[in-house]
Amino acid sequence: MTPAAKMNIIGHARRRVDGRAKVTGQTRFADDLDLPRMLAGKLLRSSVPHARIVRIDTSKAEAYAGVHLVLTGKTFPIPYGVLPVSHDEHALCPDKVRFVGDPVAAVIAADEATASAALALIDVEYETLRTLASPDDSLTHAEPRIHDYGDEGNIHKRVSLQFGDVDAALGDADEVFDDVFFFEGNTHLPIEQHACVAVKDPDGKLVLYSSTQTPHYVHLALAKALAIPAAHIRVIATPNGGGFGGKSDPFNHEIVAAKAALMLDRPVKFTLTREEVFYCHRGRHPVLMRFRTGVKKDGSITAVDLQTLLDGGAYGSYGVASTFYTGALQTVTYNIPRYRFRGCRVFTNKPPCGPKRGHGTPQSRFGQEVQLDKIAERLSIDPADLRLRIVAPPDSLTANFLRIGTIGLAECIRTVTKRSGWHDKHGKLPLGRGLGLACSSYLSGAGLPINWNDLPQSGVQLKLDRSGGVTAFSGATEIGQGSDDVLVGIVAEILGIDPHDIRAVTGDTDLTPVDLGSYSSRVTLMMGNAAVQAATRARDILAEAVSGKLDVPKDRLVFAGRRVFDAGNPSAGLTFREAVAVAEAKFGTIGTTGSYTPKKPAAKFKGGGVGPSPTYSYSAAVVEVEVDPDTGWITVPRVWIAHDVGRALNPTLVRGQVEGGVYMGLGEALMEEMAYRRLPPKLSHALVHKFPSILEYKSPTSLDMPEIFTDLIEHPDPAGPFGAKEVGQGPLLPMMPAVANAVFDAVGVRIDEIPITPEKILQALAAKRAGKPARYGPAAFPDIAWPPALLVAPPWEGGDGTASNEPARKSKPQAEKNAAEARGVRA
Amino acid sequence: MMRLPRFEFRSPRTIEEAAMLLAEAPAHTMILAGGTDLLPNMKRRQQMPKRLVGLREIQGLRSVQHAGGLTIGAGVTLTSIVRDDRLKHECAGLWQSAAQIATPHLRNMGTIGGNLCLDTRCTYYDQSLEWRQAIGYCMKKDGETCWVATSSPKCLAVSSTDTAPMLQALGARVRLVSAAGDRTIGVEDLYQNDGMHYLTRRPDEILTSIEVPDQTGWRSAYWKLRRRGSFDFPVASVAAAIKFDARGRILDARVVLGAVASRPMTSLKAGTRLVGDGGQTPSDDLIAATADAAYDVAKPMDNTDYGLVWRKRMVKALVSYALRELRGDDVSELRLKIARQVL
Repeated sequence: MTPAAKMNIIGHARRRVDGRAKVTGQTRFADDLDLPRMLAGKLLRSSVPHARIVRIDTSKAEAYAGVHLVLTGKTFPIPYGVLPVSHDEHALCPDKVRFVGDPVAAVIAADEATASAALALIDVEYETLRTLASPDDSLTHAEPRIHDYGDEGNIHKRVSLQFGDVDAALGDADEVFDDVFFFEGNTHLPIEQHACVAVKDPDGKLVLYSSTQTPHYVHLALAKALAIPAAHIRVIATPNGGGFGGKSDPFNHEIVAAKAALMLDRPVKFTLTREEVFYCHRGRHPVLMRFRTGVKKDGSITAVDLQTLLDGGAYGSYGVASTFYTGALQTVTYNIPRYRFRGCRVFTNKPPCGPKRGHGTPQSRFGQEVQLDKIAERLSIDPADLRLRIVAPPDSLTANFLRIGTIGLAECIRTVTKRSGWHDKHGKLPLGRGLGLACSSYLSGAGLPINWNDLPQSGVQLKLDRSGGVTAFSGATEIGQGSDDVLVGIVAEILGIDPHDIRAVTGDTDLTPVDLGSYSSRVTLMMGNAAVQAATRARDILAEAVSGKLDVPKDRLVFAGRRVFDAGNPSAGLTFREAVAVAEAKFGTIGTTGSYTPKKPAAKFKGGGVGPSPTYSYSAAVVEVEVDPDTGWITVPRVWIAHDVGRALNPTLVRGQVEGGVYMGLGEALMEEMAYRRLPPKLSHALVHKFPSILEYKSPTSLDMPEIFTDLIEHPDPAGPFGAKEVGQGPLLPMMPAVANAVFDAVGVRIDEIPITPEKILQALAAKRAGKPARYGPAAFPDIAWPPALLVAPPWEGGDGTASNEPARKSKPQAEKNAAEARGVRA
Repeated sequence: MMRLPRFEFRSPRTIEEAAMLLAEAPAHTMILAGGTDLLPNMKRRQQMPKRLVGLREIQGLRSVQHAGGLTIGAGVTLTSIVRDDRLKHECAGLWQSAAQIATPHLRNMGTIGGNLCLDTRCTYYDQSLEWRQAIGYCMKKDGETCWVATSSPKCLAVSSTDTAPMLQALGARVRLVSAAGDRTIGVEDLYQNDGMHYLTRRPDEILTSIEVPDQTGWRSAYWKLRRRGSFDFPVASVAAAIKFDARGRILDARVVLGAVASRPMTSLKAGTRLVGDGGQTPSDDLIAATADAAYDVAKPMDNTDYGLVWRKRMVKALVSYALRELRGDDVSELRLKIARQVL
């Protein structure tokens, strides 16, 4: 690839390659699959929040006409889970249920109606246990334990990390800000409910079609839970009707469907109801957090001391990673010389939380950005100027050893403040109108895989033949984000053909090389780099053959417009099809591969594996709000957002992701919440989701959307394919704090809790009138028995990425290099 | 997906035939008039009729007649009402109430008769069978306790129809037909404040039409509070109608609140306050006093979206918005904020 070459595909707004099928309704989602002799499955889910299973009687269900199979936990003795440290799930609960909705039995029948009717005939006797409804409950009651593993009692995980002497740095500050925030849990709400079809192949192997973001992890989980060789399992990810993190775990229905199909030798389909999707959940953790931040009068930060408490729900899921993520990325956005992070995740009797768009970072991003607004106000510094003073430097290591690449945050801030008229409006609008600013950063893919290994995180394979056809194979999963389009766009650019000339075969563990999945904003960067490598190798093969045929040096050949030609004499050339044929004649069948493995992270301490990324994206947003001081009614007429994407491979998709992030962020900011009902304990042990329906779980409609002004900031990052960074998650993050900051600008009260509702605004206004603190939010952070912190010196204090009080896990060859890197930038 | 239970479906061509079908087993038969409420309820096993009698094929239920007042067939879809410019002109409040129901798709199916008979709603009740099993069911279906207020002797499910408060404020009447005969009653007499027995309609009766009296001299407005600009049921609403004389003085007035009880609640005090001794114009002070008076009747409970304290407080605001609109203020900006659309 010649970097100076003019781009024909990359950077041009294009119709996505899967667009026609989607708008004409021809995309086949998992529930569209209808196979001969297919049976339908349904899960019986627990009606109690916490109980031992005493007895299950399935005899009546088994005898019901049309029922083919009834399964219980005894068929599934092997636990599984997405993280190696949390294999705590069973396809069907063997001995104990942990939330209302936990699956205890399954019926496979001729059709869904029969299966549903038979479920009602299964008799389960429960011995109920104390309901643990909240983190307070779980911190107070070590018994009964929801799980028999974890750090202690009902505490799943406690982590404690310190980078430099934070207490001393807080002591050196001119002022220390101490704020407590709460971010309520919310869920992904993909329009497509989870569905899968399992089939026993004629040769006896298992095939599972599923609406999953992570076919590779489902593959691993099936092999483990069903104890069959992975090579005998094929997982095909059907196009997802939205995922947002909610289809990143292996799920009960997938494993039950697979087992049933193997037992019955008939296809078995599960399509979850919307209510069941709420029980699968894995969405945003509710997080209580306390930020102590020391600042100098000029706004520079001396240290941040962060504590977070996560309500994990009933299972581990990605929770350990989520816990670390609440504390990982604070340093990537702003210059924080010393940093302490302590996080705690508890189990409760609710659907498990996990990764939702932004995975663990939006909660503490909210706290940090609102606190910065408070700091700016107290120090009489404009909030935009304050942030510009403390933006983290490019090409540097942070206090917690994250390696920053390019950083366009300052340009993002300048862009949105200019476009919104920030300096003329902020603090100057009449009562009831206000502007708020917030920023963020996000991973372009997690630097380390979930299952620690040295293998590539993504592979791409290309097949070219004499027809001129190109097929691109990748394990990445199209979840609506446009990964198929990114794949073929890159290949088309490098081979000089049209994206629509290429067939994408993706997300199929039999046909495609492994890609870890469509999560952590990793696909464009990782699959993209693998695609660049595979396509460049293919182009080299063609160039070699064409060079001989035309007698033109290879480096003078141009691939463009479906031709391969001499740059010095464009009329001398071959069509792409001829070029492939020439190459096939010369070299035989043409196939190339590419793969991508991220650089080793600089962090060596335990826990340092969460946070590293090949590079980070940056966003800044200004939100305008109107608040009625009499009713608290809040509306958002306009949003300005700038996103540093490195390079927009297809600006149509990038803008779509930015606007989708704004939409989802506003939903979280203003209304979405996973609310639960605990019935009066004297009368009932019930703890249920307040309203598991798409009607009463409030998410904005198109009528509720503001006008959005989007700017893309493009400075290609060397780590990304053609310089691209992530866009799927970052733009969501600034929305919630920007709304909170705008409310303060409009009516002078702080809402330190998400979602921000009219009721909370009115209560804060009432508090202000009564002479109390003009805020609504949590009062205190509980005392948690933290373990001793791992002590890691920041790079500029001689740190080498290891902890001084942790048994050495690896040698320290990186130390001097890290210190030099940090010194060079910070000097 | 959630599946419907089995039922027998009948599609009579005449009201008489429909009435006969109902009379055969009124306790096990329900009327289908759009199905946007009933069919989801059946999927959740809130209602399990053995027989459904569809009204769609019956001639004469799907027209609006303008003659003095309005006679609206019960089978007229909400979309037809929203598209009826003459109705919008003559009876703005009714048009506004219909235009804020659910979504365009649901209005295409839903009918005004169906909306009047809409089941009362509650966050403990509008749930799947499995969810309701997990709380031990509730008084309205299969259980004993009203979880909204565990000591309550009666069900507190919420009247969630948008057209009923407005039609009540307009002084409309409904015709009920059964095999035994027919009767016409005022909309206010169609309802009672009991979440389970919210309709006075007997199970064998069919609501066939709505008669709205001549609106000459009257102005009407409907304000609905809900989380989003589309989709949601009301969590509080205000229907107001005022008869003005030629000089803008109030001759008569009715203020009805929706979604704050198990039936639409007329605030007699608000009406009396507006009419006064005769000849008042709706000044800011009068509007504020009327809003205070109406606020008393609102008894929201914790069984809808939003908190009850704020909902009650919002009644006051909604009354004042409605009265300002009736006075002739330009409320379009406010409408855009509250309803996300100009109405």
